[in-house]
This record gives sequence, structure tokens and C-alpha cells, in this order.
Amino acid sequence: MNSPPTGLWIVVLLGCCIGCAVPTGSGADGSGAAATASGTLQITGSSTIAPLISEIGKRFERRHPGVRVEVQMGGSSRGAADARRGLADIGMVSRALNEEEADLHAFAIAADGVCVIVHADNPVASLSDRQIAAIYRGEIDNWKQVGGSDHAITVVNKAEGRSTLEIFAEYFGLESSQIHADVIIGDNRQGIKTVAGDPNAIGYVSIGTAQWDRDHGAPIRLLPAGGVEARVQHVASGRYPISRTLNLVTRTQPSGIAKQLIDFAQSPEVHDLIEELSFVPLPR
Amino acid sequence: MSRFRVDDWVGGILRSLSLVACVLVGSIAGFLVLESLPALRTLGPRLITDSQWYPAADATGGSFGLLPMIVGTLAVTAGAVLLAAPAGVASAVFCQFYAPRWVAAWYRKLIELLAGIPSVVYGFWGLVVLAPQVARLHPPGFNLLTGMLIVGLMILPTVMLVVEAALAAVPRSYIVGAAALGLGRWSIVRNIVLPEARGGIITGVVLGMARAVGETMAVVMVCGNVVRVPRGLFDPVRTLTANIALEMGYALSIHRSALFASGLLLLVMAAGMILALEWVQRQSVGQGAG
Repeated sequence: MNSPPTGLWIVVLLGCCIGCAVPTGSGADGSGAAATASGTLQITGSSTIAPLISEIGKRFERRHPGVRVEVQMGGSSRGAADARRGLADIGMVSRALNEEEADLHAFAIAADGVCVIVHADNPVASLSDRQIAAIYRGEIDNWKQVGGSDHAITVVNKAEGRSTLEIFAEYFGLESSQIHADVIIGDNRQGIKTVAGDPNAIGYVSIGTAQWDRDHGAPIRLLPAGGVEARVQHVASGRYPISRTLNLVTRTQPSGIAKQLIDFAQSPEVHDLIEELSFVPLPR
Repeated sequence: MSRFRVDDWVGGILRSLSLVACVLVGSIAGFLVLESLPALRTLGPRLITDSQWYPAADATGGSFGLLPMIVGTLAVTAGAVLLAAPAGVASAVFCQFYAPRWVAAWYRKLIELLAGIPSVVYGFWGLVVLAPQVARLHPPGFNLLTGMLIVGLMILPTVMLVVEAALAAVPRSYIVGAAALGLGRWSIVRNIVLPEARGGIITGVVLGMARAVGETMAVVMVCGNVVRVPRGLFDPVRTLTANIALEMGYALSIHRSALFASGLLLLVMAAGMILALEWVQRQSVGQGAG
């Protein structure tokens, strides 16, 4: 039996594999190639900004047919890392950039706050900053020690790499290694679901997300911080102490459809979307 | 004459496709080893014996101890297998030997449906339904026990379907002969069928175990994800897979390398299980069925 040599088959198959791989290399490149408004924009990062950018992206897609905006979560650190490595056209970072990220370009699109949440059935209406810090350090572990019922406190913390954790820890003077958590969650929605499902839980999320979810029926209560109630209006007026800017970051000065999207996100035309999700539009 | 030519071409295609599969698996393993080398070189055996995992601690450059996650993976897998193996074997025996034909058919379809549900759906169900129920025993409900229950439920269909195939492969003549000798139904199952199908039962259990080790989404949602060696069923755990899922998106340099090393560890565990399965099957070949 004369069979074609196996070597020939291997060469043919490898050739097919390489041939398939080459065209996909130029797939999702939004910021360089687009002279006409078409292409795909990859936006990854903070789970706080993701719903807002999804809505802005949809409105942008309606104005620029041929453009697709794809949004993924993963945390602010992922947004910065992906932007730097070119895996995303735009990164979402829900805090100010630190020194290691000084090489990136940041564009603020809205302001938000971080608030502590408990279940709506929890009788405790407010906690002082020192009490919250003590709860997270594990020094206070029962609600009756802060005026509530006799139940163990379920401490909900965010996973590392989330800017909400960094801002929370910085304000309350905690190192992330000092925090004693009972449950660690990834994005804002998982945090709200966890607290809403446990009457003895305490957690922290973005004010915008929490206010929106509470107004749409989630059984949670937002606690004040520093004596100021956790409301979007107080973030806007600057009275609320734990606030942060929501940023879009790019590695190089943006161009093409990435620049158009960023300009659009910073324009007054999307202020209604920002307010609908309970964030604070920034004055231009 | 032309029949031989077709045979050669088909043989050649199959040979090269198999080679492509080998090359892919080999390159994944090689890539894992390459990316883990920095962490393995810098940290050495401390990577698996340390119990502190603080990748972002600036003062010390970060501590990378995988021990809590390794214990988490092993605990969840062991618990899941302990729950799913007896239940799977019992379900298969019920389906093959005790259920009326129409009940068996519907039961089998139900199990096949369970096998097809995506793991993230199991995780969501666990988060919203199972965890609050476990919370009534011991709040909060995000702990090792919930993880074991969810993963056990997920691997039950795998175990049951493979074991049932093994039971069905037992030669009918054995069963008929045993019945002719006057053995009762349970006697036949226990003394003839189960020993004969032993290889297949172990295959099913090991496949279930391999799936349990690799489970990610469901575990991230219900296990609590706290990096701590669990001291009891109601402590939260983080598995190796959940660790990779939560942190791979943004990890850099040594942190990223340590995560790849944990991926390599998972690969080694899976390979170990397959090799153990091979060995067991070789042992039971002497007895007849595989």
C-alpha cells in the first residue's frame, strides 16, 4: 500500500492552521485603523463603569452604524492592564490613576461615591467610621455590639484589583491584609445580591449601583459615611467624603472611533444616561 | 486497488489530525511551564507550602502561598465525589435493574438534561437558592459545604451516565445464568454485575473527579472566596480555579507567573488522575470487563 508520506500531511495541515490564523490578527483594532466610522471597540475594566459605558455605547452605535462597542468587566486593574497591553482599546478605571499608571491617558466621564450597605431589614441605621473599620478588621463581630440584633456579622469584601476595595480601604485606614472577610465577591452586582440575600451582611459598593438597585426593589439600605447621607446629590455637591472619578483610559493619545467615543462620553449629550444610573455628570 | 488508496488517504488524515491534537496539548503544557518558571524559580517550594496570599502587598513584594487554595480544591473535590459517587452508582443500578422501562427512560433523559446545564447556571442557582438554605444552618451560606453540594450535583450526571454504560456492557448471559441458578436481583447486582463493571465505575468516578477539580464559575459564586485554610464545613474557601478566575485579568509579572503555576498544578492533578485511572483499568483487565 503506497500512502502519501505522513510528513506531507503534517505540512498541509500546519499550513492550513497558519493560514487561518493570519487574517484574525488584525481583528479588533479600533483606535488606529478607522478612517470611516466603522470597526469594533473593546472596552474592559471596572464593573462600576461597565453598565454606563454599555448604555453610552448603544447610543453611540445608533449614531455610527458599522461601529460595535463591546464591554467586559473584570475590575479597574484589569482595565488599566488591558489598555496598556493593547488587549482593549479603552480601559475603564473607577479611581484616579496612581504613579505606576502615569503613562496612561485618563478621561473623566462621571463622578461616583462608595457607600456601605446593609440589608433593609437590619435595624441599624448608621455606623460611625470607626465602627465600620472595626467590623472589617474583625474586632466587632456581632450586630448587638453596634446596636443591632444578636447575630454574627457577615463581612462582604471585594476581591483584590477592584478599585472600590482600594478606595474603601484608603478612606477607612485599612490595609487589605487587615480585612477579615466572610465572603469575597467580584463585581458590584454580586455584592448587592449577597447583601440582599443575608439580613446580617454588611458590604460596600458604588453609590450609583446601590441607589439604582434599591430604587428598583433590592432590599438594601445605604449607610451614611462621615455623617453625610449616601446620596448622589451629596456626591455632586462634594459633601460626601468617599467619592471618586470614573475614568476611561488609553495607552496612547486616542484617535479614530476611540476618540469619538471618548468625546461622546464626555459630552453633555449623555448626561441623561449618567443621571439615570445615579452617577454625577461632570461639568465641562 | 482503488479501495486501498482511499484507505491510505483516510489513514493519513487521521494520523495528522491526531498529531495536531498532541501538538496542541503539548504546547499548552509547555506554555504553562514557560510562564510559571519565574514564580517557580523565585519562590520555589514556598509556593505550595505558604498559606499567605497577598499579591499586592507593596512592602514585601507580595506573598504567594497556594496552600489554602490547594486545600480548598482538594476539599471541594473530595466532598463532591463522596456525595456523587454513591448517588451516581445507585442511580445507574436503579435505572438498569430496578426501574420499569418507561421510568428508566425518563430518568435517563432527566440526568442527561442535568449534564447539559452550564456551570454558571448551577452557580447562579446556588447563589440565589442553595446558599440561603445553607445559611439557615450556619450563616452565611457561602462555604465549603455549599461548594461540595453544588459540585457534587454537577458531577452526578457524569458519574451516573458512565456507570450506566458500564453496567449495560455486562454480558447478558452472566445475568441470565445467575438468575437460572436461583440468585435474587440484588444478589446478582452485588455479586456479578458490580464486580464485572468495576473498571467502568471507577472510570465514571474519576471523570467526575476531574470535572470537579476544574470547576470554576459555580465555585466562585458559592464558596466565599476567602483565602484561608478551611477548618470546618462552614468555613469559606477559595479553590485554585476560582483564584485564577478572580485575578488573572489584571495580574502582572510574579503574580501572573504564580497564577500560571497554579494552572500547571491543576494540569498535573488532572494528569495524575488519568494515569491512576489507566493503572486501575489495567488491573481490572484480568477480570474481564474494562
